[in-house]
Amino acid sequence: MESTIHSQITCYHCGENVGKSPIHAHDKEFCCEGCRMVYEILNDNGLCNYYDIEKHPGLSQKIKVRQNKFAFLDDLAIAQSLVSFKNEEQTHISLYLPQMHCSSCLWLLENLHKLNHHIISSKVNFTRKEVYIVFDNNKTSVRKIAELLTSIGYEPYISLNNLSKRKSFLDKSKIYKLGVAGFCFANIMLFSFPEYLGIDSKEAGLAYMFRLLNVMLALPVFFYSATEFYSSAWKSLKHGFLNIDAPIVLAIWVTFGRSMYEVLTNTGAGYFDSMSGIVFFMLVGRVLQDKTYQQLSFERDYTSYFPIAITRLKNSVEESVALPEIKLNDTLLIHNEELIPADGIITRGKALIDYSFVTGESVPVEKQMGEIVYAGGKQVGGNIEILVIKEVAQSYLTRLWNRDELQKAGKNDNERSFVHLLSRGFTWIVLGIALTAAVYWYVQDASKVWNAVTAVLIVACPCALLLSNTFTNGNIIRILGKNHFYLRNAQVIEDIANVDYIVFDKTGTLTTGKYSDVQYEGAELTTAVLRKIVVLANQSTHPMSRSIVAWADMKIADLPVMAFKEHQGKGIEGIVDGDLIMLGSPEFVTGKKHDGLQSCVYVSIEDNIIGKFVLGNNYRQDVDVLINQLKKRYALAVLSGDNTGEKKKLLQMLGAGTHLRFNQQPENKLEAIGELQMKGHKVMMIGDGLNDAGALKAANVGVALTDSSNNFTPASDVIIEAEQLPKLLTFIRLCKVNKKVVLTAFVVSVLYNIIGIYFAVTGNMSPLIAAILMPSSSISILLLTFGTSNIVATLLKLKQNKLNLTTPD
Amino acid sequence: MSVIIVLLCASISVAGLFLAAFIWSVKNGQYDDEASPPIRMLFDDNPDKKNVS
Repeated sequence: MESTIHSQITCYHCGENVGKSPIHAHDKEFCCEGCRMVYEILNDNGLCNYYDIEKHPGLSQKIKVRQNKFAFLDDLAIAQSLVSFKNEEQTHISLYLPQMHCSSCLWLLENLHKLNHHIISSKVNFTRKEVYIVFDNNKTSVRKIAELLTSIGYEPYISLNNLSKRKSFLDKSKIYKLGVAGFCFANIMLFSFPEYLGIDSKEAGLAYMFRLLNVMLALPVFFYSATEFYSSAWKSLKHGFLNIDAPIVLAIWVTFGRSMYEVLTNTGAGYFDSMSGIVFFMLVGRVLQDKTYQQLSFERDYTSYFPIAITRLKNSVEESVALPEIKLNDTLLIHNEELIPADGIITRGKALIDYSFVTGESVPVEKQMGEIVYAGGKQVGGNIEILVIKEVAQSYLTRLWNRDELQKAGKNDNERSFVHLLSRGFTWIVLGIALTAAVYWYVQDASKVWNAVTAVLIVACPCALLLSNTFTNGNIIRILGKNHFYLRNAQVIEDIANVDYIVFDKTGTLTTGKYSDVQYEGAELTTAVLRKIVVLANQSTHPMSRSIVAWADMKIADLPVMAFKEHQGKGIEGIVDGDLIMLGSPEFVTGKKHDGLQSCVYVSIEDNIIGKFVLGNNYRQDVDVLINQLKKRYALAVLSGDNTGEKKKLLQMLGAGTHLRFNQQPENKLEAIGELQMKGHKVMMIGDGLNDAGALKAANVGVALTDSSNNFTPASDVIIEAEQLPKLLTFIRLCKVNKKVVLTAFVVSVLYNIIGIYFAVTGNMSPLIAAILMPSSSISILLLTFGTSNIVATLLKLKQNKLNLTTPD
Repeated sequence: MSVIIVLLCASISVAGLFLAAFIWSVKNGQYDDEASPPIRMLFDDNPDKKNVS
């Protein structure tokens, strides 16, 4: 009864259920000491507005941050990696605070100066989840600020990545170029009006002035805005490749040259309006297509996971050292929940290491003193000490990451698209037409050759193709982004459309990585017996015991446990209420060998084996539906680092002929992807952990799965939120539509081009016709691409979900 | 006709001002974080005074 009353009371700080033993303080209830302490700090400083802006804005403080965790920030070299500016009085730092989530957070973090008067100002960038702090460096330090933030529940995330790289700034040059092009385009259009409408011959002087103004406005477009295309075309030419920008640059140059010639010889007004217009529209397309998600990173490597510093024991004195400083034979102290940064031998303590992130095994591994632990595992439980046998850069995980083939596999993004091939064919045809026109006019009327040829080149620039491509890509990236399916860049759309083989990781991807699917087999369990089992299992921190406790979902009875014993890697035993109960591996309980296929826990009471708990992986929701849809269209495979326990279930789900591999090391996964590619398959790899990192990088499309877009994901082409996984096929379909939309728009634009070329080859291209043709063709193509891609998205039901606040957009 | 020239100068300089304002706002980082300004503007300046309990 008691528990039902308590279940309605939530912690004033974090909103979590306060449970059986709430802490009463200041007329409020708290779930833990941590939450109460945060409240007291804020209350003492008059910052309780924090609780008024949002209800329960805090995050649970149950897991305490260890004292001295930020001692490493006293090391100036490490602290320097956070500093963006420093002089004698002030220091500016930026810190990444992943806990930031609501307007209360924003308010509190911008009022830090009330908690520490030496903080001069703090400003939040909510999209990046960063706070920029300016403080008086004579009075306070980076470490104190980090500790202050931790004390109010915002522990800064500082990883090894901070050390190695300067933050990359957003490239804004394209935006400036776009602004300049827009300004010049609009004004040139305005000044061209007299030209379009016809001007009195009396006003010839005025007309000339307008033309000169146009020339002046066209110069920044030609020499600044259009450089975007020059550099891209030049880059691809250097690689011996003709990309779509090359014919566009040719058209821009020809237009500019001919227009200058006309104005300077006073024979015409030129086509400055068309030129600047097309540069403007193409830049809009580029900017739309290059949408980036600031808070997501597609380029993470192991340094983002590793801590920046670790505790080293030297002559029994603890000291913080930066990771690269770790030498062979150093003794490291690893605290609870800390990552092991280098391969080593355990010299003290009981290690229970969670390798799920590195290998995909779902159960933490117990290691004894003297055994080797590999970098990347996370210690769960008490502190351990390890003796370093390989430096960080030489460790197993790091070496895997730095493998040469992965570094070289950098995909040459812009040169694979079908758009380039199409534009090349198109360019040759246009050049052919230009040549024919030239020959024709040379015979008929040699004075018109120059006009006809330049007009053909101007009209026939494949800018419509570029426009339709960039705008469709941009729109599709946006639609997918709103559905929490984030693409690294536009080329990925085409790669996804070309995929014919999909490979899944198991732990964490198809399953949630927890053993929450528990089944009991054996003699009937009475409530009384189950209660005793739960009491015993509750004594152990092993994940299997915890799963059983969670599965039983009953109040832990207040029964005494006598003679409790935990046998490493085998099981537990104890006398509960007079009965000797054993829980554990079949070998431990029954004395017989285990068949190795399933993860099970046997139960015996007073030496009678009454049954077993079969622990199955918990599959993500609707994963079977997705697999069913996918297996009709794609070849599927599963690469798992885990044991073969789930083989039967997977075969049932995926179909008998599916390629399944278990006990896969990270490099096995990488090789498996390579084998498939050798056979000519285009492979999509879907994984979540560092153990998949190599495979994700090697695959044609690497999809990293995450439970929240704020989490860390290995380097990949796509980041997808776990709950969106069932929609994967829909996303692939949308990507496939992309090519059709671009082609349709291209056909329409070719129609415009034919009309234009007709005027051009007959030598009658008046500025007015050009001025109408160019914007109307561009705008109709934009409408067409936007319209069709939106209609398709609606048909695929990707549009109806309302944009929510957390969407990074 | 000098009227047109005056008008031309005026229109170009107004447009130029807008271009300058645009470039300044981008450089100043006003588009970097679109989430926090709409929240920030709703906060009172001195919320601490009325809330000390």
